[in-house]
Amino acid sequence: MADRYNPAGANLETTVLGADEIILNMGPQHPSTHGVLRVKLRLDGEKVVGSECVIGYLHRGVEKIAEHRSYQQFAPYVDRMDYVAAVSNGLGYCEAVEKLLGAEAPPRARVIRTILTELQRIASHLFWLGTHALDIGALTPLFYCLREREEILKIFEKYCGARLTTHAFRIGGLQYEAYDELEKDVERFCKEFDKRVDEYEALLTENRIWVGRTKGIGILTTEAAIAMGVTGPVLRASGVQWDIRKAMPYAAYDQYEFSIPTGKNGDTYDRYLVRLEEMRQSRKICLQAIENIPPGPIMGKVGKVLKPPPGEVYHSIEAPKGELGYYIVSDGTTQPYRVRIRPPSLINLEALDQMIRGHLVADVVAVIGTLDIVLGEVDR
Amino acid sequence: MNAIMPYVFPVLFALVIVALLPLVAGYIVLMERKVMADMQVRLGPMRVGPHGLLQPIADAVKLLLKEDIIPENADRLVFWGAPLISVTTAMLALAALPIGPFFQIADLNIGLLFILGISSLGIFGTVLGGWASNSHYSLLGALRSAAQLVSYETSAGMAIVGALLLAGTLSTRGIVQAQSDTGWWFIFVAPVGFFIYLVASIAETNRAPFDMPEAESELVAGYMTEYSGFRWALYFLAEYTNMIVVASIATTLFLGGWLRPFANTRALNFLDYLPPLLMVWVAGYCFRRTPKQPVAVQKMFMAAVGVLCIVLAGVLAMPLVAPAGSLLASSKAGIHGAFWFLFKVGAYIYVFMWLRFTFPRYRFDQLMRLGWQFLVPLSIVNVMGIGLGLALHRQLNWPNGLSLPLGNALTAVAAAYLLSAAEKHEHPRVGEEEEETPVHA
Amino acid sequence: MTNDSEEKQPPRPAEAEKPAGTPAAPSASPSASGGTPPGETPGQPPALSAPVVPAKPPVAGPVNPSAPPPPAKPAAPAAPAKPAGPPPPPREAPPKPAPLDNDLVKRYKARFGGAIVEALLDRKQAILVIAADRLLEIARFSREEEKFDLLTDLTAVDWPKREKRFDLVLNLYSFPKNERLRIKALLGENEPVASVESVWPTANWLEREVYDMFGIVFEGHSNLKRLLLPEEWQGHPLRKDYDILQQDEAWVRENLGIESGQ
Repeated sequence: MADRYNPAGANLETTVLGADEIILNMGPQHPSTHGVLRVKLRLDGEKVVGSECVIGYLHRGVEKIAEHRSYQQFAPYVDRMDYVAAVSNGLGYCEAVEKLLGAEAPPRARVIRTILTELQRIASHLFWLGTHALDIGALTPLFYCLREREEILKIFEKYCGARLTTHAFRIGGLQYEAYDELEKDVERFCKEFDKRVDEYEALLTENRIWVGRTKGIGILTTEAAIAMGVTGPVLRASGVQWDIRKAMPYAAYDQYEFSIPTGKNGDTYDRYLVRLEEMRQSRKICLQAIENIPPGPIMGKVGKVLKPPPGEVYHSIEAPKGELGYYIVSDGTTQPYRVRIRPPSLINLEALDQMIRGHLVADVVAVIGTLDIVLGEVDR
Repeated sequence: MNAIMPYVFPVLFALVIVALLPLVAGYIVLMERKVMADMQVRLGPMRVGPHGLLQPIADAVKLLLKEDIIPENADRLVFWGAPLISVTTAMLALAALPIGPFFQIADLNIGLLFILGISSLGIFGTVLGGWASNSHYSLLGALRSAAQLVSYETSAGMAIVGALLLAGTLSTRGIVQAQSDTGWWFIFVAPVGFFIYLVASIAETNRAPFDMPEAESELVAGYMTEYSGFRWALYFLAEYTNMIVVASIATTLFLGGWLRPFANTRALNFLDYLPPLLMVWVAGYCFRRTPKQPVAVQKMFMAAVGVLCIVLAGVLAMPLVAPAGSLLASSKAGIHGAFWFLFKVGAYIYVFMWLRFTFPRYRFDQLMRLGWQFLVPLSIVNVMGIGLGLALHRQLNWPNGLSLPLGNALTAVAAAYLLSAAEKHEHPRVGEEEEETPVHA
Repeated sequence: MTNDSEEKQPPRPAEAEKPAGTPAAPSASPSASGGTPPGETPGQPPALSAPVVPAKPPVAGPVNPSAPPPPAKPAAPAAPAKPAGPPPPPREAPPKPAPLDNDLVKRYKARFGGAIVEALLDRKQAILVIAADRLLEIARFSREEEKFDLLTDLTAVDWPKREKRFDLVLNLYSFPKNERLRIKALLGENEPVASVESVWPTANWLEREVYDMFGIVFEGHSNLKRLLLPEEWQGHPLRKDYDILQQDEAWVRENLGIESGQ
């Protein structure tokens, strides 16, 4: 690769530093880079004048592995990408393969998938809230959030035996029937959860320090958000009312009523509010879904050996972090010819540079937190 | 012999303080972890000793046995010496603080000035340590620390001046005496001053929400990033000693030092029985938990703690039951004074912890703005308010009950004005109502 | 933007994408919504026959015969799915790519003529196969005229046996229209392609990743470095001739101080 194409660009090291500037190497081991993100910051005093993300420390070649596994065998791998929201990953993958096959999961399976995925969204947002608050220096909300998340993980455990990397769904439907008290458990959680969100709000929403630390920080205007391709709560906080669950419903979302919260200013505070409201909406979806879980089979007819006809499909879902897309190319064999995963975290992270310019070091951690990235997914 | 005598007790006190301080700091850490756990729906340390009571010892052993790392490019001498500066200055400041009317190493006539001066020197330890580490995080932490300390030292100093005006002396003992004489703790006479000092002292000790120099989510550990093992422990010791120092100053200045609440009110004399009863209650808790400990050793330890509390209760109760005029009865002021003093210091530190686990962290520029645009002006107004009150009282013979509240009201008005001004500054976008509008698609 | 999407959502026009669970009639969707175009299927035929640039001939062969029926066919599987619900229909009629010719494709063809090599519909998803040298223009047109304002994804697929071995795949989404479009450009092994970073800034990292994984060089990219692998790494792992156990052993030895990363 001696002839590597290397145009002059925003390479931090090659540009001359001003007299007052230093390069601060944040990560890959740093308390608030949420894993192994490394950000090279060019600082003037404490002000960020430039930055560059270095990623790939957690690269496991998931897309390459996919080409050497059968369709079913690959399913557990996707759980390891965004390990904070494994259920959502699995849903996206299973639905993408189903689409590739021209198959469809039965309604009962779709409703149960919806319930678990929404619970997962709440769990993911809870984890985000806790760590985000921790980054900004509020130690306590983390534990409250984890307490509620624990309840969700318990439901997962009861359902499929695993808490984190669940592999809850199968291509074509579900392997496990819902356990007897699933509805009751979900309902109990949802009843309780409403008050809990209010508690978090009591701790943070009106808190002067919290507002001071998040308002006007890391602003992403509507135009910039679309140009940078960000999706999910980050995009919605910038004022775009777009949610794949509404725009292109999958699973059973078209049956439920919920709203899409949006922000106005696209700053960290708006993203915080949007995610809080999303948790409430997810709770609402769960409550509607458990009302009426249709009877019937849980597994569609997809056969034991999956051989999708040649062709390709792109399917995306609204994962907690944004649009999680699977682009799968089949060559008619039992193994995918190519699996491309569109990781929301990666593309949201790309906007980091323009969000932190001109802010202080302290804001960098706030913005990294507000993007809600999971490095397992960024690096794959 | 007589030449030596005046030095015996102070030296003894000094030795006791130096020997016990690490232990006390360790137990404050334990208390902090327990308080944190309580606020965070957890149990906190429970493994080392019953209810984690031996955790500080285990931590100390761990720290001492840790590998001592000096970064290759560090300035070795400064790196080595910086924590010593921090810890020495912090301990020196304790010398002038009266823990009860008898327990004091030295009653300097410039006591408070001495404490302020010495404890300000501690910043050298932080700055030098951060500089010597040769790391960007450390450097940023050190710079923040320097700027922060300078800013908040100002308002803390002015807040103290307010109380000094009321006391009319710099001697720590004299200040408590003044509060004893009037029967009014200065927190009631100068509440705004106390508030300013509370905020400034949190900032001075680098505690959340003002823990910029450490800010673990931003600067990893700030100036301590490169430190490990024993040297790190020294910084830690210095930090907690500083907490004790500022809590002691606040106790002395505003909370009546070693005085019992409402010491001059005879009707409330039953409060004297509170300390022994409290001890008995703690002992009862220990005994109740004893059978629940999993291991025999822990059972014994728990019981021993209970017995210790009973003994302390006995010591506290003795002066109360002893015949009036006996030596034992006359020791009441010393023993109960020490109890109340430590109790207040503990309560003050508890407030620190409470705030720490409730609030997010300020950003550095916000911290500076708060310091210079709010606290410093307010503390100056506070001094003027108290001065006005005193002048009205002394020159025009206004009653105290009228003049001092007037001064405080003046300060409060200034505070409200400053707050509203800061509000405008922070959110210049007028009329931009920020709210989330969920809409059904 | 908000307004646009709001307006658009209720109609939810672009059924192109959606799993059958929604009301829209499948047959209507391809034509009405522009669902789209696509064309070449990466499927086997091209790979085996190694066609020339256009890549049409091979595809045309297999596809064309079936072309007429397909419009009807896709409808068949999907339609039962919705009402019936429980028993998913699928297996009998495996989805097949079919040529597509709707308004959207017509507009593209009118504008770019021969640069639009092919338009296909695969699994109700529109695919446009274009000539790689017109990529930048077409990208700009897509964003500015056709309002595909979100570059959802940019990636590549390696077909080593084909003469033009890479598919460069752009997945686009339009907020105003609520529809997706896939643009594909075929690239030879050492053939550089214009960067679309100037059209969608988000392409910056995506192109870096493609460069990293496939070795496709993007001309005009502001900072074309590897994204996930170390800068000095040799080889491009997602190429088909890169074995799954292969690694840059020299790099591993030098930088990690171990013999093998396996």
